[in-house]
Amino acid sequence: MSRLLDRTFWGLTTGLVFLFLLNFFLEEWMRTIGLQTLARGLVAIGLLVLWRTGMVSFGHALFFGFGAYTVAMMQIAGVNDIFVLLFCGTAVAGLLAVGLGFLLRQYRAIFFALLNMAFSMILYGVLAKVESLGSTDGIGISQVTFAGVKLEGETYRMGLFVIAIVFAYISAVAAHWYLKSTLGMMTMAVRENEIRVEYLGYSAEKAIHAKYIISGLLAGMGGVIMAVTVGHVDPDSMVYWPVSGDFVFITILSGTGNVGATFIGALVYELLRTYAFEFAPEIWQLILGGALLLIIMFLPDGLWSIRSEWRNRRAIAKSRSSEDQTAEQGHD
Amino acid sequence: MDFELLIVILVDGLVYSSYLFLVAVGLTVIFGVQKVLNVTHGSFYAFGAYLAAYLIGLWSRGGLPDAGGFLLILVSALILGLILGIIIERGLLKFLYDRDEHIVVLATFAAFLVLEDVILLIWGTDPYLAFQPLALLGNSEIVGLIFDNYALTMIALSFVVAYVLWYGLNRTQFGRILLAVIYDREISMAMGINVTKVFLITFIIGTFLGALGGAYHAPIISVQPGIGVEVIVLAFAVVVIGGMGSIPGALIGSIVVGIARAAAVHQLPEIELFVIYGIMALVLIFRPEGLFAPIKARKI
Repeated sequence: MSRLLDRTFWGLTTGLVFLFLLNFFLEEWMRTIGLQTLARGLVAIGLLVLWRTGMVSFGHALFFGFGAYTVAMMQIAGVNDIFVLLFCGTAVAGLLAVGLGFLLRQYRAIFFALLNMAFSMILYGVLAKVESLGSTDGIGISQVTFAGVKLEGETYRMGLFVIAIVFAYISAVAAHWYLKSTLGMMTMAVRENEIRVEYLGYSAEKAIHAKYIISGLLAGMGGVIMAVTVGHVDPDSMVYWPVSGDFVFITILSGTGNVGATFIGALVYELLRTYAFEFAPEIWQLILGGALLLIIMFLPDGLWSIRSEWRNRRAIAKSRSSEDQTAEQGHD
Repeated sequence: MDFELLIVILVDGLVYSSYLFLVAVGLTVIFGVQKVLNVTHGSFYAFGAYLAAYLIGLWSRGGLPDAGGFLLILVSALILGLILGIIIERGLLKFLYDRDEHIVVLATFAAFLVLEDVILLIWGTDPYLAFQPLALLGNSEIVGLIFDNYALTMIALSFVVAYVLWYGLNRTQFGRILLAVIYDREISMAMGINVTKVFLITFIIGTFLGALGGAYHAPIISVQPGIGVEVIVLAFAVVVIGGMGSIPGALIGSIVVGIARAAAVHQLPEIELFVIYGIMALVLIFRPEGLFAPIKARKI
């Protein structure tokens, strides 16, 4: 048990408590940024889980959009409670991932990435034509209730934020534990050499399928949170291919070293996007693209590598100084 | 389905196919040689369309003959091929050839975002129209329906491009060198081929083709922000269907997609938007490497 309660777990827990307290002091717009960060961060955790196998999806907007549009459809059907919406949105996206996984687990590398994109574009094409869901204009999402309780004014957003951080926390811890489990570790072996894994008696395809389902569930949950936060869903901002590109962007930005880092990466992305849009609306894409290029060139393992780099340097410095000491003792 | 409709679908489909081919062929050339799935290709297309539309506008305001438009289309594609090709290959891809292929795709995605805004900074958000070459050629009537002659010349241009590429690849010295590099980069380096130079030239050719697609398409469309975003996924679909890196594949892929889309537009407009990706998914399910991809040995 204590193996599970490691530094990442405590880091995430501290983050949860901190955000819960911070919630009382935040401004409205900060809370919105926070909610969007959590929504995108969840999808990026799913991508991180896949990335550990060396697989990248350029189509996770499929599950994100599925979650978001599930909210819209359930509201049309009269269901309006956040818990039900979260459960259904996540479950529907997860079921889709179970189905598609049977096909997609046979693909690797660029084919996996592009087949995912093809499916997300099919969903885009369908949603852009469905009149009852507002086609390309999208459809509004009304305010939700919290287990039957209706919150008004500022408390509404506060309630949403609490729900989002709790669910993000649970998902992040679960993903972290999964990655530390035998099944999770094994997929790193799949990345190194799939055929050897098969010879050892494990099924690489099953391991990949499991990861695919996890990433689908997380993306669906992210989609639900995003839909409720923005109060509107439309194909262009939920399912179009650049949306998938943004998720991969966040994964690169955070690096694949740690689940917690994903939220930091998502926050950096969100702030970059918001401020670039605010202060330089003409060149906000240029700023985002430029930042991404800088990360790829100079921080290939993401923001998290700054920390590991720093630790390595300290360890090297430490071992050097102890070497010096032993050398001096040798002289004596 | 009656005969007239069949003809209409065929002609419409071929026009759309040739448009897709012109864009996709550059992407497949770059992927075939450099193994880079180049998202920036969408920007090359958009740049081509903008520069051509802008130059044609200037030209006709200067009172010069409309036929010069065709020259301008070629010139703008050449200029862009050289400038953008060299900037992106030397300034970006050069540093990434030994990195993971996903990272390279993402880097070109980043460059794509940057170029999207560069286009806005240069040409603003207003749409550009360059109808002069279109108006010059007039139109003709096929089975009672009117088609632009300009659109029909696009089919011819596609075949010319396909032939020149085939000839260049199979009948010239550079083509042989290119095939050697595609087959095994390291061995060809050992044989004394300057792979750096081959990569740069290929990328310039690919960029030129992307820009040519945009430039030649400029008179038919309204050149406005966002055209690159749309084109690049279409080009991906075509290239994946045909087999990545295969020129005949790009040709067949664009014909399949073009005719399927034309059939959808005329028979079942609801599915127009996703018929292409539907085909792409189907092809990937049954032939993951695409219709024409070369067979590869699995490395253990």
